[in-house]
Amino acid sequence: MRPLTEDESKAVFTKLANYIGKNLVHLIDRPDESYCFRLQKDRVYYVSESSMRLGISVARPNLVSLGTCFGKFSKSGKFKLHITALDYVAQYAKYKIWIKPNGEMPFLYGNHVVKAHLGRITEDTPEHQGVVVFSMNDIPLGFGVTARSTVDTRKLDPTAIIVFHQADVGEYLRDEDTLF
Amino acid sequence: MGRRAKNKQAPPESLDPKPEWTSKKRLGKRKAEADDIDEKPSPRPSKKVRDLNGKGKETTKMDRSSSKKEGKKQPKVVEDGWEDVEEGGDLKTHAKSLFDDDEDDELEGDLDALAFDEVDDDLLQGPPQEFDFDSDDDDVPPPVSLKSKKSKQAERPRKIIPTLSDASSSVEDEDEDDEPVTMDNMAQRSRKLEAQAAAEAEIDLEEAQADAQLAEDEEDDVDMDADEDNNGDMDVEPFHLPTASEIEQEKATGGPDIQLVQRRMRECVRVLAKFNRRAEKGRSRSEYVDQIVADIASYYGYNEFLAEKLFLLFPVHEAIEFFESNEAPRPVTIRTNTLKTRRRDLAQGLVNRGVNLEPIGKWTNVGLQVFESNVPIGATPEYLAGHYMLQAASSFLPVIALAPQPNERVLDMASAPGGKTTHMAALMQNTGVIFANDANKTRTKSLTANVHRLGCKNVVVCSYDGREFPKVMGGFDRVLLDAPCSGTGVISKDPSVKVNKSDRDFTLLSHLQKQLILCAIDSVNPESKTGGYMVYSTCSVTVEENEAVVDYALKKRPNVKLMDTGLEFGVEGFTKYRGKTFNPSVKLTRRFYPHVHNMDGFFVAKFKVEKRSKALAVAREKEAVEEPVLVDEEFMTDVIPTIPAFKGFDAEEDRPYLEEAKRKRMKAKGLRPPPRSKAAPPSANVVEAEA
Repeated sequence: MRPLTEDESKAVFTKLANYIGKNLVHLIDRPDESYCFRLQKDRVYYVSESSMRLGISVARPNLVSLGTCFGKFSKSGKFKLHITALDYVAQYAKYKIWIKPNGEMPFLYGNHVVKAHLGRITEDTPEHQGVVVFSMNDIPLGFGVTARSTVDTRKLDPTAIIVFHQADVGEYLRDEDTLF
Repeated sequence: MGRRAKNKQAPPESLDPKPEWTSKKRLGKRKAEADDIDEKPSPRPSKKVRDLNGKGKETTKMDRSSSKKEGKKQPKVVEDGWEDVEEGGDLKTHAKSLFDDDEDDELEGDLDALAFDEVDDDLLQGPPQEFDFDSDDDDVPPPVSLKSKKSKQAERPRKIIPTLSDASSSVEDEDEDDEPVTMDNMAQRSRKLEAQAAAEAEIDLEEAQADAQLAEDEEDDVDMDADEDNNGDMDVEPFHLPTASEIEQEKATGGPDIQLVQRRMRECVRVLAKFNRRAEKGRSRSEYVDQIVADIASYYGYNEFLAEKLFLLFPVHEAIEFFESNEAPRPVTIRTNTLKTRRRDLAQGLVNRGVNLEPIGKWTNVGLQVFESNVPIGATPEYLAGHYMLQAASSFLPVIALAPQPNERVLDMASAPGGKTTHMAALMQNTGVIFANDANKTRTKSLTANVHRLGCKNVVVCSYDGREFPKVMGGFDRVLLDAPCSGTGVISKDPSVKVNKSDRDFTLLSHLQKQLILCAIDSVNPESKTGGYMVYSTCSVTVEENEAVVDYALKKRPNVKLMDTGLEFGVEGFTKYRGKTFNPSVKLTRRFYPHVHNMDGFFVAKFKVEKRSKALAVAREKEAVEEPVLVDEEFMTDVIPTIPAFKGFDAEEDRPYLEEAKRKRMKAKGLRPPPRSKAAPPSANVVEAEA
């Protein structure tokens, strides 16, 4: 476990900023307790300072996880956001999309969101913007990237993809072995 | 979805009997209105309907069994009127409780109201409300309630246990039992069984009275009584216990048939209940016991060792109930994740998906029992979003006993797959720190997945052998040790236990458990302001994994004492078992049995860890009394006479060694020995003097 280097923090923050924009500061400046990012075996964890200090006592090979896992660094140094970060990403998301009940299961099986399943979407969402996907009763289901801006989606036919799938909560079941 | 749309097109015609496929929610609403008007004051009417159904079933059982299967999948056409009525009556009871959960949104403590409701219609309760708190708190439950519990929960034919009611079991009873238990008819069946139970209880009461009468008679006149016994209980030829040679012969011919074994078990139970009167002349009690254990082993498929071990835990008739209940699955239960949702909202969401559920009982406000479900309960969007956890009812118990408080430091020593860990995090509202440890690295994956899925942000997952623990880190406010165990409480889940456990396994496991429990105790911070507690639990029912381990910990660590677990039901732990006597406080521990509580067999003990210094003073006093006696006796009587050339002890010379040995002993007991400087001066002086 160690703090992130300059490059690593930059990679993490740019990725996060794609979803939560300026709300990023809320992750760093919290009113309750100071939180920090820590790297442990190529995974990035977001953890409270007090937990982190206690976690130091655990030897590196024995430490499996602490706090919330945000994602992992690939071998080439790219940062990939994991579904486990959804709690925070959903909380601070700038752009959201709600899908109808009949679109929930297809999305949870790892498919893209098609227009027919679109329930609601934040106004003025630009193209290629990170969005958080919610069910109609406001349960966060995952996140992805818009294929078209809100304005352009109006013209699309019902089977056209409007959000590219990136991560969904179904991964807890599907990818349990590789996720952690 | 399609179903619901269809339903909307065809609205129900009247308030009473509905086919099951009607939308439950809507039905619930209507039902509730009706309930408010006429049913709330007295739940009797709905019960009457059910009773009526019971009778009706008898007449139309052929139709039913044929229509049942179709009705399950696509109950488009209701084939006979009875089916209709019966399902309606069934639904009535469900819908009532469900509705309370769903619709009274403004009602503040509607879950309390719900609990109240359950008390109201006591007779309508399904399996989840089986807990009879009042009677459980008593040491010995009265025979009537015990009986009713049994019949409520037993799903297989209860032919083994000889009772009057069983002997006279009606036709209806028989064919009802032969039918396979399905998700569809389970709830309804349990209700029916309850109705039977009430009737049986009456019969039982009569029987008990008759028995009491009999006992009185017995004192007066033994002969007459024996006569009566024969007339009353035996309508067939008297039971003959096979001799050793007969058994040999039986084995040679390929083992007895199942009917014979069944009958033999029943007779053995009957004989063992009143051995003096009913036994064959010249046969000992142990012969009967051996026979019934052998029969249990062959009938239920246990190895003889385990069958005997479990048989000895219970009185005879209860043992049979225990083995019977291990054959039936326990109810599916889920725990609401209070970090993300509330139970009421979750229940509503799941009901909308076509899941039929009810609160488990009033002892927990987060548990829900699932009766049937159209969707896989472990893959709904709510599950994936972490709104609930699939968890056995029994694994709520240790966490409730531990009662972690916000801002504490808690250790879960053997935590995978994380049901209890996440429950603790929910109770602590994501504050403080939880260390979730599991020795098995592959199991920590599912643990981590669950921790993240349920949104627990205060958990540190690590993978150590639990025995390393006070070294890795200590000073915890609370520690939960859900020890690895033989799993004799969860045989219904994992039947492989029946055959693959041997004496050696139990020895090894209890050894490991003893090591772990000491490590767990040592990891607790006795100075903690809010905590200082340790909870030990296993999903096993054997004594050497439970009470023996607790007793060992009490002996080894004088600074801990047992506490009340805070669980309002459960059976007290054994203080004496087959010649072993445990610390009397062991009765504060709690045992849970499948046949009594309808949850997995479980054991919970709660310790309070106190500061060492105080305990040390007590221990020192004790030692001061014991020490001289021990030394004098052993050496003067045993050692000295056997060594003729012995010149006697040089007390001065021995003192340093004795001191050192005493220190070692205290260390081994977990006491802090007095600093060497205090003990050393006299011995040092001696050495100097000699030098």
